Amino acid sequence: MTKEEIENGTADMEIDQRELMNGERSELNAVPDGFNANYLKVYYGKLFPHADIFKWMSYGNDGKHPGCDESYFGRREFSFTLDNDIYLRFQSFNSVSQLENSIKEKCPFKIDIGPVYSVDPAKRHAYAQSGNNVFTPVEKELVFDIDMTDYDDVRYCCSGADVCLKCWTLMTIAIKVIDPALRDDFGFNHILWVYSGRRGVHCWVCDPKARRLTNEQRSSIAEYFRVYKGNENSQKKVSLTSSALHPFLLRSYKVLEEFFEGNLLSNQSLFSTEERYEKILEMIPDESITSELRGKWQDNKKSSISKENINVDRWKHVKKILKSGKQKGQGLGKCVEEIVFSFSYPRLDMEVSKHMNHLLKAPFCIHPKTGRVCVPIDPNHCEEFDPTAVPTLSKLLEEINMGGLGTDDDAEWDRTSLGKSIRFFRSSFLQPLLKSCKEEIENSYNAKLQHSKTSLTW
Amino acid sequence: MEIIRSQRKPVHIDVVPTLPLYRSAPPLEVRLEDFELYAMDRLRVLKGIADGLSRGKKSEEMKNLADHLWKANMRHLDASEVVNKDIISHFVLRLVYCRTEDLRKWFLSMETNLFRYRLLFEKAEVQRALMAEFDLPYRAASNAELESVKEGLKQVAQSFGQPLAADAIFYKVPFEEVPELVAGRRVFIHKGYAYIAMNQVVSLVSTQFRSHLSKALILTNRKWTSTIREQEKDRLTPIVEALCSSYLGPDYSQPREFAEISIKDIDQIAKSSFPLCMRHLFEKLREDHHLKHGGRMQLGLFLKGVGLKLEDALAFWKAEFSQRVGSERFDKEYAYSIRHNYGREGKRTDYTPYSCQKIITSAPGVGDHHGCPYRHFRTNLQYKEFLGALATNIDGVLPS
Repeated sequence: MTKEEIENGTADMEIDQRELMNGERSELNAVPDGFNANYLKVYYGKLFPHADIFKWMSYGNDGKHPGCDESYFGRREFSFTLDNDIYLRFQSFNSVSQLENSIKEKCPFKIDIGPVYSVDPAKRHAYAQSGNNVFTPVEKELVFDIDMTDYDDVRYCCSGADVCLKCWTLMTIAIKVIDPALRDDFGFNHILWVYSGRRGVHCWVCDPKARRLTNEQRSSIAEYFRVYKGNENSQKKVSLTSSALHPFLLRSYKVLEEFFEGNLLSNQSLFSTEERYEKILEMIPDESITSELRGKWQDNKKSSISKENINVDRWKHVKKILKSGKQKGQGLGKCVEEIVFSFSYPRLDMEVSKHMNHLLKAPFCIHPKTGRVCVPIDPNHCEEFDPTAVPTLSKLLEEINMGGLGTDDDAEWDRTSLGKSIRFFRSSFLQPLLKSCKEEIENSYNAKLQHSKTSLTW
Repeated sequence: MEIIRSQRKPVHIDVVPTLPLYRSAPPLEVRLEDFELYAMDRLRVLKGIADGLSRGKKSEEMKNLADHLWKANMRHLDASEVVNKDIISHFVLRLVYCRTEDLRKWFLSMETNLFRYRLLFEKAEVQRALMAEFDLPYRAASNAELESVKEGLKQVAQSFGQPLAADAIFYKVPFEEVPELVAGRRVFIHKGYAYIAMNQVVSLVSTQFRSHLSKALILTNRKWTSTIREQEKDRLTPIVEALCSSYLGPDYSQPREFAEISIKDIDQIAKSSFPLCMRHLFEKLREDHHLKHGGRMQLGLFLKGVGLKLEDALAFWKAEFSQRVGSERFDKEYAYSIRHNYGREGKRTDYTPYSCQKIITSAPGVGDHHGCPYRHFRTNLQYKEFLGALATNIDGVLPS
């Protein structure tokens, strides 16, 4: 269709447009699936929330209050991964327009966020690595990275890069375990959960206290959350002491048990084949128990228990026999719990959380392999999150095309599927965070004033 | 501190009821001989602790070990001198161990451990008094606060297998201050605060101690490199430089009559008296008629240490190896290093057998049989099999 044809036929076009408004594809607006520089250019031009990211990363230091640190945003490291895997580190910007222009110009395939350094990263070479004048990280959000591939030994529906609604339950569980602990145990409030774009979730803890944690303190929090220890070679990867569990583990267990029994057992068919149930029997350190169970189940092959119930039933057998206390074997005390933990407890990437200078992908980036946007996840409704329904780059571009001609709006994102995510990001995370930052800046400024007043003597 | 040559001037300082914190060098006079001897005694304590830790001893055992080591090495005939010895030896070792990153790391770690174990041995009043010396942002939790978190506190206590005492005191501390306790899930945390029990406060205190000592070591190093080393090059510097590498254990280099063994007894002795690692190497040697280099060193030096003479050693190894490589090849390729171990070749050093520490931290690879079975045997099963093959009664003997 030529431009003339379009202009002349506007009336027809509008009718067509309205018919298409309910989101159906048409040849007009269809954008083939994919991920490439052209698509990204449009995305960064019209959809990526530059200003929101800027506001977030400024943490209230927007220059409007005398207590603001004007150098703060400029000391933050960003890194860009360009086409052809060219990697640019230590990118820094002094204003939202610098950030936005650089992204639009370079069109990075991935944007990572690093720490806030003691000085602008662009000037780092002027500073020594040790001594008094140093270039070193001073603030960084506390982050967590949970990746589905770390669960490959306990999910049978998919493996490797694949993800489906069945195994996504593991991510739901992770959020439901970690989020309350961050709030209730550690007292953090400003927490952002983000879909990583393919097969996992990231968590950003942005409280001032969190940003100022040392590597050792980050490490201790990661260890607090760690239960699973092992690789293919260790036999027993979850080892809980025989005496009572720590309150955090007790609380978590309630969540784990609910999902294990109500969801994972059936969806993953954990007991349906010999290979699978042997894996569970391996975790029981008592020959007499495992042979009793094995005997029972091998007989059952001949009986007519429906496939649906086989997992639930066999789990009942396991629980009954382990909790009966018949055998006085060692290490059976918390065996049931250990099995549940092995299959469902969150598996964090420890290295990501431990180091202040770790670079983590920015929210609202697009994942190159799936084309999906890294959208925020609402922890209070994480059971409803569907990774297969997350907007893709091509879909968003289609939606822009449908948005009508000649619209010159700044908020084009609002008419796309991205709108919901950006609005959520602002209302549930950014606004409360900025409010709290402002208060902190004011309070600390006033305190300094007070202090200098009282220390003035004539 | 002032180091003096000869006369003994008794210095009376007020007897300090608590552990010294080594905040600053005290105004004491020290005899030159004591300078070295006190330091060596303290070094035995620190190395003993290092050894215990590398064997994987648990906290309770370590506490007792530290106490035992301290009592054995840090006594003094004159009761009032005990504290002086403590302080002086610490400061001397600071000089010795401030000089490189690795030395500082080791010293820092062992001194902190020593401090912690000694503190755990003290009575509650002493512990509390010491806490006051440290700048800790803690405060005792009020009864109301405790009520609200009671359930959690009880659960944490239960997770240690201990009941919660009705009048237990807890300190409320921002969780960032106690990373070790948080990491080990050994405290109840609520809204950013950790509730720590009295005995856990020791952990806090030790962290502060460590932090202070770490800074002090850096300063000491600066002073050492800028002035002291040069100033003292004829007096203290040689002592300081020799101290950290001096061997402090019993003298194994001299052969002793009653410790000889001969090859006709060796099989019997291997069964009855060899430690597990050597027994394993010995069995493997008998089985394969060969051992790789690591194994030859570990077993060979051990045999030397228990009294196998060179001639017997040569005969022993030859008897085994020639079944595999032939006696000519043995003479050509292996005999030299056996003689070398006994100090008859090359620079003629009379090598001492490997310490457990060295063996535990060695890295046996594929085809190796040396190392420490308690550390290097991959699974309990492999371990059980080995012990089974030794026909040992294994009930209750497995290490944790």
